[in-house]
Amino acid sequence: MDQSLINDKPTKYMNPYLAGIGLGLVLLASFVVMGRGLGASGAFSTLIAAGTNIVSPEHAKSNAYFSEYLGLNLSETLKDWLLFEVIGVVIGGFVSGLFAGRIKLKTDKGPNISNGKRYLFAFIGGGLMGVGAKIARGCTSGQALTGGASLAFGSWVFMMMVFAGGYMFAYFIRRQWR
Amino acid sequence: MIAPLFKFGYFGDEFSLIIAVLIGIGFGFFLERAGFGSSTKLAAQFYFYDMTVLKVMFTAIVTAMVGLLYFGWLGILDLTLVSVNQTYLVSQIVGGLILGVGFVIGGYCPGTSVVACATGKKDAMVFVLGVLFGIFVFGELYSYIFEPIMDLSAMGRVLLPDVLHLSYGLVVFLVVVMAIGAFILAEYVEKKLVLKKGK
Repeated sequence: MDQSLINDKPTKYMNPYLAGIGLGLVLLASFVVMGRGLGASGAFSTLIAAGTNIVSPEHAKSNAYFSEYLGLNLSETLKDWLLFEVIGVVIGGFVSGLFAGRIKLKTDKGPNISNGKRYLFAFIGGGLMGVGAKIARGCTSGQALTGGASLAFGSWVFMMMVFAGGYMFAYFIRRQWR
Repeated sequence: MIAPLFKFGYFGDEFSLIIAVLIGIGFGFFLERAGFGSSTKLAAQFYFYDMTVLKVMFTAIVTAMVGLLYFGWLGILDLTLVSVNQTYLVSQIVGGLILGVGFVIGGYCPGTSVVACATGKKDAMVFVLGVLFGIFVFGELYSYIFEPIMDLSAMGRVLLPDVLHLSYGLVVFLVVVMAIGAFILAEYVEKKLVLKKGK
């Protein structure tokens, strides 16, 4: 069997229950070591606040939302726990993909949709995600996963709503995926 | 009690950023292992023919939840020092619905899109631009549209045991039972759809 780091053929995905246990142990480690859970969308907010502050400091500082994310200076702003965690996510995702032979520049889409349309939907979906995550104060990582494990009532409501929203809208967008 | 280590002052802010990278590496690694670097696999959850999202998510929740209870019971971890998301029903319902719709349209959530970018998915890179744009719009319109609804129905630190009037341990047990039920259902639905496809 080929034991090289970069396989020619992508290996199969991990058993979902094993991957779930792995993910759960990482979350548990975060609780035990840091006293907090995982996140993702917060890191994006820090980047946007920092970027806005670079383009127009007055505008960013007068904004009730962005100003919350700003530190005394750029390096203080970027010393954000979630931002560093997401840098780790990039590394971890890349390493796993490398070992599995899944690093490849490509567009992931259903068989009946053009690349251009897939990008359009990706942008619209991403935009909704950004707005939704900010309204809910977190996304699938910070609310559903972390809040779910710590039995936060609102996070469980949030999780049910994510599934509800997804299943309700799935019919209208089915041609993108099937 | 010695944990959470950070809250008991075993290390400072600077070192916590190194911990952040390490925890992130584990997070990203298992997301990619599970197949969450692929939008088609993630979106399949919403069409019932691949229930990996549900299986991974609930297994992770159960693992961390039982671990929290166990470390608390051992007296190692002070559960009151573990930060818990506060409950704001209106914003969590509205935000959750928008997020769900965005998930099935875009094919990723913020965390999985980062993993997909790391493995070279171009659609994920566009998705990330969308998320950044969405957050920018949210921030710009914050005081006009969003600020008034953000704090509606603020309930503070409310846990499922409080709402259900059951003990913490019993709720943990019920969530485990519910998760196992969901797994059995998920396996059944997947098999049924595969049979249907075969015909």
